[in-house]
Amino acid sequence: MVKATSVTNNIRALRAARGDITQAGLAERIGVTRQTIIAIEQGRYSPSLEVAFQIAGVFGVPLDDVFQYGGSHS
Amino acid sequence: MTLEERRSWTSLAVAVVAYGVYVATVVSRAASAPLVDVDYVPAMLWTIGIAIVGSILINIGQAIFTPRRDQTVDVRDRDIAQLGDRVGQAFLVIGGVTALLLAIIEAPYFYIANVVYLCFVLSAVLSSVTRVVVYRRGF
Repeated sequence: MVKATSVTNNIRALRAARGDITQAGLAERIGVTRQTIIAIEQGRYSPSLEVAFQIAGVFGVPLDDVFQYGGSHS
Repeated sequence: MTLEERRSWTSLAVAVVAYGVYVATVVSRAASAPLVDVDYVPAMLWTIGIAIVGSILINIGQAIFTPRRDQTVDVRDRDIAQLGDRVGQAFLVIGGVTALLLAIIEAPYFYIANVVYLCFVLSAVLSSVTRVVVYRRGF
């Protein structure tokens, strides 16, 4: 699989930690398709800032707990 | 697969098939007459018309049989559509400029019409291929 973006994320880990949020559920809550959540999780699509904030909002964590640029976890 | 991704595949297939039928028709008629004398207009209009109507009908069918949750058009679909349109637009410009040059040198209508048609098809194909690749590989 091609890594198309330098933005990495912890969405899968955050979903696993919460246990009650599926890809479909997350997609429905922020108004995107499940395929878009899959693409973001796999690093095939860098979400807009708005979508990024919405995802962080669903997990109730700051944005940089969900997304990192260039693999840095600052 | 979302509805928009299905539509990208559909527009690619329709463009290739319709143009393939057109080329096959014109080439078969060119066996008995010079290429510029071939009566290409009916074949061109029919294949364009069938491609447009066919795309509409296929899109309606896909919308009916695609699960509702996959029918949402979201920000990623719009980003991909914009990228595809931008890439495809290059061939529209090339087609327009080439047709202009052919008209200036008073080339036969056959060549002018076919350059425009070919560039429309290349634009559609390139745009669709871009969308399909981006859906599959990301951007």
